[in-house]
Amino acid sequence: MIAVRDQRDKTAFAQLFDFYAPRLKAMAVRTGMRSDEAEDIVQEVLLTAWRKAAQFDPERAQVSSWIYQIARNRQVDLVRKERRPVPEELKLPDADDEDANQVLGLEQETSQLKAALSTLSEDQRIVVEKAYLGELSHSEIRDVTGLPLGTIKSRIRLGLERLRHELKELR
Amino acid sequence: MSDIKHHIPENLIAAYASGALGHHFALVVATHVSMCTQCRAALAAHETIGGLVLEDLDAQPVSMGVKSNLMAQLDAPIEVEPAPKRMGAYPGPVMGALGGDVPKWRSLGFGSKQSILHNDATGSVRLLFIPPGQAMPDHGHNGLELTLVLQGSFHDEDGAFGVGDVEVADEDVEHTPIAGNGPPCICLAATDAPLRFSGLVPRILQPLFRI
Ligand SMILES: [Zn+2]
Repeated sequence: MIAVRDQRDKTAFAQLFDFYAPRLKAMAVRTGMRSDEAEDIVQEVLLTAWRKAAQFDPERAQVSSWIYQIARNRQVDLVRKERRPVPEELKLPDADDEDANQVLGLEQETSQLKAALSTLSEDQRIVVEKAYLGELSHSEIRDVTGLPLGTIKSRIRLGLERLRHELKELR
Repeated sequence: MSDIKHHIPENLIAAYASGALGHHFALVVATHVSMCTQCRAALAAHETIGGLVLEDLDAQPVSMGVKSNLMAQLDAPIEVEPAPKRMGAYPGPVMGALGGDVPKWRSLGFGSKQSILHNDATGSVRLLFIPPGQAMPDHGHNGLELTLVLQGSFHDEDGAFGVGDVEVADEDVEHTPIAGNGPPCICLAATDAPLRFSGLVPRILQPLFRI
């Protein structure tokens, strides 16, 4: 993804496609879409990922969560005729001094979260899947938040605070 | 920004991340996240789980032409639609809902005003403007209500709410929010029940507006 962002590397993008397209298709099909409609979404989501690559910040997000977010936005826009309200985007400092420790830290927290997910019972895993594929309402989601999110939140917050710090210095 | 004490509940952030949250609440969540580092991090954490779920889905074969079609579009010129920008007390998502324009206020009496951004069978979201020291017009609501302060402050039985704070009220909560001293209180308020209008009742007979 970094090669896609910084070098506009099409070979790297083709690899992203190979991994994510079949999974994005599966996600769209779950919402009841026909195969060809789902493939349209796959194209739109990945094209958005290519075009918005400059906004990808590995200090705050994994590639998978970034693509997930784009896909959910697109899905909501399609269901409603109106644009989904999205938070203001933070301006990224265009410095090439990414903090490798922060990026690595986030990767580690994500692996731990993945490990926690894999220890869930089959029933719990199904509930988590439903929740994050948009199949549960906010009142049904209450139970899902038992996942250990504290450490990854603090980690992402570090990334956000560093960003804000750098923005201040830019002023 | 760091003074925010009342945040969006975890299940609403998760539902926002998944796309399941209704439009009205989604606007409040997106606006609060624009103002709050803590909830921005929480949202990103939920999106991390979402990404893990996506990675884990059983891959479905994609037709041959999709990849080449997509690769062929990479160099096409892009029309970038600029994201709505914050204006004064109104963060980007609110400006988006206002269509980039200033709010069209309608009087509620006693100097209070509202501007309805969206109202349908699934709920409503509006801006409220309450002069200092005034009680928020009585709003007997059904269901859940989120009230996010954009300017000024208010207080009620549940405590004090300043800029960025969001009050979460169930229908069984009887509360009488009063705007604090200082600048007029401007809030973004969303419910999952449609607004009940009382346009046919002469206002003078209805000192407390049921809205
Ligand atoms: Zn918050």
